[in-house]
Amino acid sequence: MSKEPVAVVGIGQTRHVAARRDVSIAGLVREAAQRALQDAELTWADIDAVVIGKAPDFFEGVMMPELYLADALGAVGKPMLRVHTAGSVGGSTALVAANLVAARAHGTVLTLAFEKQSESNAMWGLSLPIPFQQPLLAGAGGFFAPHVRAYMRRTGAPDTVGSLVAYKDRRNALKNPYAHLHEHDITLEKVQASPMLWDPIRYSETCPSSDGACAMVLTDRAGAARSPRPPAWMLGGAMRSEPTLFAGKDCVSPQAGKDCAADVYRQAGIADPRREIDAVEMYVPFSWYEPMWLENLGFADEGEGWKLTESGVTELDGDLPVNMSGGVLSTNPIGASGMIRFAEAALQVRGQAGEHQVDRARRVLGHAYGGGSQFFSMWLVGAEPPAS
Amino acid sequence: MTREIAVVAFAQSDTLRTTEEQSEVEMLMPVLHDVLEQTGLKTADIGFTCSGSSDYLAGRAFSFTLALDGVGAWPPISESHVEMDGAWALYEAWTKLLTGDADTALVYSYGKSSPGPLRDVLTRQLDPYYVAPLWPDSVALAALQAQALIDAGDTDESALAAVAARCRTDASVNSRAQLRGSVPQGDYLVRPLRTGDCPPIGDGAAAVILAAGERARELCARPAWIRGIDHRIDAHALGVRDLTDSPSTRLAAEKAGAFERPVDTAELHAPFTSQEVVLRKALELDDTVRVNPSGGPLAANPIMAAGLVRIGEAAARIHRGESDRALAHATSGPCLQQNLVAVLEGES
Repeated sequence: MSKEPVAVVGIGQTRHVAARRDVSIAGLVREAAQRALQDAELTWADIDAVVIGKAPDFFEGVMMPELYLADALGAVGKPMLRVHTAGSVGGSTALVAANLVAARAHGTVLTLAFEKQSESNAMWGLSLPIPFQQPLLAGAGGFFAPHVRAYMRRTGAPDTVGSLVAYKDRRNALKNPYAHLHEHDITLEKVQASPMLWDPIRYSETCPSSDGACAMVLTDRAGAARSPRPPAWMLGGAMRSEPTLFAGKDCVSPQAGKDCAADVYRQAGIADPRREIDAVEMYVPFSWYEPMWLENLGFADEGEGWKLTESGVTELDGDLPVNMSGGVLSTNPIGASGMIRFAEAALQVRGQAGEHQVDRARRVLGHAYGGGSQFFSMWLVGAEPPAS
Repeated sequence: MTREIAVVAFAQSDTLRTTEEQSEVEMLMPVLHDVLEQTGLKTADIGFTCSGSSDYLAGRAFSFTLALDGVGAWPPISESHVEMDGAWALYEAWTKLLTGDADTALVYSYGKSSPGPLRDVLTRQLDPYYVAPLWPDSVALAALQAQALIDAGDTDESALAAVAARCRTDASVNSRAQLRGSVPQGDYLVRPLRTGDCPPIGDGAAAVILAAGERARELCARPAWIRGIDHRIDAHALGVRDLTDSPSTRLAAEKAGAFERPVDTAELHAPFTSQEVVLRKALELDDTVRVNPSGGPLAANPIMAAGLVRIGEAAARIHRGESDRALAHATSGPCLQQNLVAVLEGES
């Protein structure tokens, strides 16, 4: 029995900001969900199941908040699943929802991810107390800065590459009305002059803390046929995990990321991702992760990723646009960040990305990672349904 | 034609009042080794891994990442995690096997309730604006439900005491259980519930292996085939629910095909005696059905694992030839808000 093809027919997100004091958590998620339903021209009654994801419950101080959100998401009387796979969760949540359709367990599924980071302090929420961790690591930047330094040493990339990524992503965000940061007066010089937080990561090369939610309506072939707008078709999707730390772990280019991408490409029949994929929306919380993931995902040979960035290939009008939405560097409601990547990929192949639309985007990769560079989730979506 | 999927192995830890000397990984690892040994599989042979746990119980963010170290996720594995009881991790794994992407799945879950004041911790599960600030605890909410049942004439205190006694007597043959044999009903904890009506607080872990089709027959002499599995959620606000009923349980059971033919066994995730009354009614279980032969959650209630244990216990009875058709139930949230029902069968 072959799998049911999965289509994205509705996408909705909130305008991401530092603090949404005007809405409750329920109000926040409902806003994104209603926009996704409107996009699909469906009602709550058309939804068979709800799959929700978010990062640690400590970020809002609510244990398993999906229980309280059941009413707001129209899930009463329906199946509701709650996914949590660290920073990759937004992507994993979409994949779990897609699986329900692929398995023919349900016809139409609402999937949603959110974070309301203004409810707490995410940096300290991520800084584990003794005895779990030495008091050396302040937030995620403290954890990832050594990996960035290792990448720079390995590849000999010039110090400026990180600032080029940040400058590009923040300019892309100006074209995206949903992005959190809209720095109209940004210049490369300002990025390079911003304070050093975790050497070599500067303030302007770091993701913000955002409140936001993202939702998608996923459906089967019959549902896609009824869609008022062109659907995005899932051509491949995979998750891979490896332990946080172990002897021989490659923190710069983790094996789990390579394996995950290879699985997605195999499903989609992609032999040469650089030639066959039109754009990439990847999880770049700190600027240097763009060149690092370009290599990890097979878009550049080892040690060569930074050259794509430096030569402008990853610009919005480049040969392989990366993070057209402005990326995690411009918007980061942590639990939702992975799903925003997946949703941007779908928007692009549907031709609905507005000012940040890439011409002729037929196949776009959405990517998320989390934990200590150990959890990966990815999907490749296309404008045409899968061949089989 | 839907793919046939079965539970082929089940393992669990002892449920203990406290496991101070053990980390969660140390609690989990023997269970993972046990369940893999039963099938002869190694981590690398498993097609998909899915777990369930709660950061709030662990008291730290991303607590499940440490558990992954215990699995030995190298080379990298295809893996997912739900912030739910392991029964829902099993549901996710079941859908993964249905797609044909994997032939085997490892499902595990664990919870340590002992480090914090559990009744306080569980209040953080409630509506954060209108209910949680009042700190109504899990026992108090269950007591509301019990009182509603008594007021409706569905049960009385002596009937509840009989449920407690039956479960702990049955648990006397379950070496993993925490409360076994004769346990006094005790004083009121929150009226009308006495200590005997409430589950023990304990730490524990459980694991299950699922396999599809012929693979299941290779791995297990008598696989417990999942004939149906479904889960549903009710409204969160207690004020809009009839606490004497569980429409989500009934609907899940219907979707899982539980009412098509009678079951001989039911493992119910009813942490409070009064909740067994609600579930028996929703699931239409009469006295011919053997309910919670393991002793159920009144004998051992490792939060986040107790639902998966129900599926495991039901499956193990089928493996041993003690049941031909069993129902397993898992719950989450205050007063049975969210419910999962699985129907398992053995072949003759």
